Amino acid sequence: MLTKRIIPCLDIKDGRTVKGVNFEGLRDAGDPVELAIRYSDEGADELVFLDITATKEKRKTLVRLVKDIARHINIPFTVGGGIKSVEEISDLLNAGADKVSLNSAIVKEPDLITRASDRFGSQCIVAAIDAKREDDSWTVYIKGGSEPTGIDALEWMQEVERRGAGEILLTSMDRDGTKSGFDLELLHETNQRVRIPVIASGGAGDESHCVDAVHKGNADAVLAASIFHFQEIEIKHLKQSMEKEGIAVRI
Amino acid sequence: MIAIINYRAGNLASVSNALERLDVDYEITHEPAMLDQAEGVIFPGVGHAYSAMEALREHRMDKWLRETDKPVLGLCLGMQLLYESTEEGPCETLGVIPGKLKKFDTEKGKVPHMGWNNFTDLKDHPLMEGIEADDFFYYVHSYYAPLNEYTVGSCEYLTPFASVVARDNYMGVQFHPEKSSDPGERLLRNFLDMV
Repeated sequence: MLTKRIIPCLDIKDGRTVKGVNFEGLRDAGDPVELAIRYSDEGADELVFLDITATKEKRKTLVRLVKDIARHINIPFTVGGGIKSVEEISDLLNAGADKVSLNSAIVKEPDLITRASDRFGSQCIVAAIDAKREDDSWTVYIKGGSEPTGIDALEWMQEVERRGAGEILLTSMDRDGTKSGFDLELLHETNQRVRIPVIASGGAGDESHCVDAVHKGNADAVLAASIFHFQEIEIKHLKQSMEKEGIAVRI
Repeated sequence: MIAIINYRAGNLASVSNALERLDVDYEITHEPAMLDQAEGVIFPGVGHAYSAMEALREHRMDKWLRETDKPVLGLCLGMQLLYESTEEGPCETLGVIPGKLKKFDTEKGKVPHMGWNNFTDLKDHPLMEGIEADDFFYYVHSYYAPLNEYTVGSCEYLTPFASVVARDNYMGVQFHPEKSSDPGERLLRNFLDMV
């Protein structure tokens, strides 16, 4: 049976993990490769690396890092953060990334989704959408959630699907960092509208939140950062709890 | 030496990384002459069936693949192209294994079938040595192969389909062993043992 995926997300700056990580036994908690191996061993189904570097050296450093990660892990991983062109996507996929996630650039230039999915296939194009609730709807934000676009998030999802995105990484700006649970209504509305897999992000605080994202929000995958980095939730234990709740997981 | 067929279909980095982790001597090539020197051939693939067949024809690798008696392992699209035809395109494919590929019914559920899945049935085959029916492998695909007498592993997503196939020297897996953690590594090692 197809299982629901658990995806730790690592923020990367200048080739190093950003958020504090308190894993015991890591030689270097800032080393993305060592952390990736650790997560892979613990049963993570995929990994997402989000590069927040803002320097000119960014691209070279990231490609080097992606090569290094790809040599060491044998589960799929996605790379995102400021990707703007088909050429950059090509470099990252050739370096060994399985998927790229596109966010601000596709809002400004939706055709990038079309061109990228035509050239590399939908399966490696993830549309990352940061959505914030405004009254009865959700608005798309860009630039790391700092800039509202006025675009309706639910309409935008349908457009990214139509243009060839293979998957949606949906972050609730309202819930991100709150540990109060995923925005289940947003997930539910999303899954009513799109026929591509949806990764729930923003708000994971405990195991029951992840169960709800699947049972109530119908998410195909659950992404989180700090709760995994600080071992508030262990991936193995989370998967056992999800299995007890009747969710198919890879154990 | 193991040859990895290069036909501009992506995911070569993942396959070559996997072989490096297994400490195997390999060449990435689109030359039939190089394929002649290989002991076994890995036929990877991500992308579109039609353009993949065109690229194979351009370098006469389609003919080589049809005529070879060396062990061939098709991965994902590489597996699909071993069959007769596909709705993707639509187009005729290599035809070394009978059967036609169909697209998953998008009315029934989400497409692509993306993520980790296990087997509904698994027959004995040297390629699957030490691998159990409840081992998970990573899948990403929108078209599926029918079950038939050459099916070694069956999987289910929206409908039952062939996830491992073998006929004589031709073997294929719908999933990505190079991305499927320990069971995937085991499968690649099994293939290398058969070479």
